[in-house]
Amino acid sequence: MNGFADPRLVRTLARAIAAEAEKLPRPVTFMEVCGTHTNAIAAAGLRRLLPSHVRLISGPGCPVCVTPVGYVDQAMALAEDPRNLVATFGDLLRVPASSGSLEQARATGCDVRVVYSPRDAVDLAAANPDRRVVFLGVGFETTVPTVAAAVLEAEKRGLANFFVLSGHKVMPPALEALLADPALRLEGLILPGHVSVIIGARAYRPVLARYPIPAVISGFTPVDVLRTVLELTKQVVEGRAELVNLYGRVVREEGNLTAWGMVEKVFAPCDARWRGLGDIAGSGLALRRPFASRDAGQFAVTLPTPREPAGCRCGDVLRGRIDPPECPLFATACTPDTAAGACMVSAEGACAAWYRHERFAGVA
Amino acid sequence: MCLAVPMKLVSREELKGVVELSGMRREISLMLLPEAQVGDYVLVHAGYAIAQVDEREAEETLELLREALAGEEA
Repeated sequence: MNGFADPRLVRTLARAIAAEAEKLPRPVTFMEVCGTHTNAIAAAGLRRLLPSHVRLISGPGCPVCVTPVGYVDQAMALAEDPRNLVATFGDLLRVPASSGSLEQARATGCDVRVVYSPRDAVDLAAANPDRRVVFLGVGFETTVPTVAAAVLEAEKRGLANFFVLSGHKVMPPALEALLADPALRLEGLILPGHVSVIIGARAYRPVLARYPIPAVISGFTPVDVLRTVLELTKQVVEGRAELVNLYGRVVREEGNLTAWGMVEKVFAPCDARWRGLGDIAGSGLALRRPFASRDAGQFAVTLPTPREPAGCRCGDVLRGRIDPPECPLFATACTPDTAAGACMVSAEGACAAWYRHERFAGVA
Repeated sequence: MCLAVPMKLVSREELKGVVELSGMRREISLMLLPEAQVGDYVLVHAGYAIAQVDEREAEETLELLREALAGEEA
């Protein structure tokens, strides 16, 4: 399937987009809401292949970036308790808390382990029966089923010392919050491919019925993304607003029912706070009652008043209000090595992707 | 964080599978995709298979694009 990166097909698509964009009545902005798209678009330099009046921006699609500082503070406090072993995906390690980061906590002796899979955290619980293993559950619908499966596996193995601090979020309510914002000027949505693998195309239909806009479920190769941009451009030119699935090789209308069924068994919807978007009803996931004993939120910890880094405009970046270079800290006080905000820490953050790949491309 | 990679399922025993990509093998869980068959390409995320890759759909997509390319070059 290497054809999806074939440079000849990429050129053909870029030419087709340029031809279609000639017919646009006005400049257009399309937003992706997936950190993996953010990174893929920047790394492949796709913005440079598009006409200047077709603009791509990032939305709240990087799970680490939308996780509020209060969650990281809670994770830090849990890590500081020697009874706890904190297991996390690597992305969270360097995200700034109100003071310090998990990486700094680890350097001062806290037991923070990076895992590739939630299953590894379950194995840590088996190997450390005298410790409480707290898995930091951060991620969207793609990741949540893997955590639900890990919880069920811990149940099956009788591991009472496996806990989850759930900061999980779901995408449709966040899309609704974005689309309801009258300040947002957007002509199309690039929908997250791997979230869609789990929830299916059907999950977007209610929101898109209330807020009609061209919307395309997209894969991640250069060919996938450019096909998506071409389809969105055509829809604008023809005055259509439809949901189209261009990632049919893995995304089905109904999604992965086994995976989502497991999520519904373990988690229930709850309200959640997003960096940049604020509180969104029904956009989070909390452990259901039979699994409430595994909720690490039950451990009393002393928390500081959450403090976002001074001058950081991650919130505006996540809402698509500014491009990263418009933040006064970008590439000065805030770089991947000295990140002030979460969007510069995660490789999938818009600021990090922009810093690494587009800083000198003259696109701003 | 939503990175997922297509890999070939080369063996399975109940819900444990072994996938291969470019000669590298890795053990994964099939809890989220129990219907996966040996020989399928599966999409792997955080140690779990989450979808079967429809290779025919993928080939048809590429074929259409190649026809457009051929049309351009003709």
